[in-house]
Amino acid sequence: MSAHEDAHFAGTNKLFISIWGWLVLLTFIEIFLAYRPMPIHFMLTILLGLSIIKAALIVAYFMHLKFERFSLIITLIPMLVICICLLFVFFPDSFRSSELRYKFKEAPPVAPAPAEEP
Amino acid sequence: MSTEARAERFPAVDWDGGAFPYRVGHRKLGMWLFIVSDSLTFSALLIGYSYLRASNNWPTPFPFYPSIVFSSVMTFCLLSSSLTMVFGVSASSRGDKAGARKWIFATIFFGLAFIVLHLIEWNHLIHEGLRPFFLPEHWVKVFTLADGTPPTPLFGATFFAITGLHMFHVATGALYLFIVALRVNKLKHEDIEISGLYWHFVDLVWMFVFPLIYIMSVDVGGHLAK
Repeated sequence: MSAHEDAHFAGTNKLFISIWGWLVLLTFIEIFLAYRPMPIHFMLTILLGLSIIKAALIVAYFMHLKFERFSLIITLIPMLVICICLLFVFFPDSFRSSELRYKFKEAPPVAPAPAEEP
Repeated sequence: MSTEARAERFPAVDWDGGAFPYRVGHRKLGMWLFIVSDSLTFSALLIGYSYLRASNNWPTPFPFYPSIVFSSVMTFCLLSSSLTMVFGVSASSRGDKAGARKWIFATIFFGLAFIVLHLIEWNHLIHEGLRPFFLPEHWVKVFTLADGTPPTPLFGATFFAITGLHMFHVATGALYLFIVALRVNKLKHEDIEISGLYWHFVDLVWMFVFPLIYIMSVDVGGHLAK
């Protein structure tokens, strides 16, 4: 048997059920938050925070990364995080393009009716 | 310094290489690298969606029923499918091939339930008039701002592209698991573990799609129903 095949599958079914329970609970919290009045930036921060926690639970326990060699973890995770952060480089431009639109103070003007020829 | 003396002075660490520097086989490492690259695909799509959302008047049209109820049940299906998949991998690690097959079929069932619910949800929206580059007329009336800025028609494009690509991953995952379930006696434990990695990744992506696409677009005031 090769070296990689004799690694046993760590974690018990009880542990996996408890992780599943946490994931379902966090999903219910997300749905509950959707109907709470709060600023959109605040809600986005909480929702992304909860999603990152859920993703970490799935990767660590269901995908078994917690039980793998540290060298595999350190090879995969930092490069993914850095690349995702780099994708955000162009994001501030969205606020600029939003500001480019003319902000009407009242109802938008309508085109004047064509003047009648004398 | 002799090799033996060097080995004694510098004990073996993970970075020493060898046949299995990560203690995983090449196929499993390949799946991990595929997952990293596919994560970047979905990240790019979700960041592009966020870019458009931040720079436009974005409609928030999803009512509690059917959109949020359906998407919540779909989330429950995917989370449960991950649990059954991990049970299948666990059974496989004990050499219980029949148990592994049973749990993999349960995973496929939850995956297919997700696809059916998602198609029903798409059907609701298409019947309402949502298209990749057009909004339903009543959405335009309701979500036009006081200053006359209309909602962006790109809502449909981002919605169908992101959820469609995810649904494609679920469908290919279900097909992959079906083939694995049929060949479970011939496959090694690591092959079943690899199929599990792909399935959990599909679940993981939904953990970002669900809040960003659905929860952030809830019609809290029930504007469309009025």
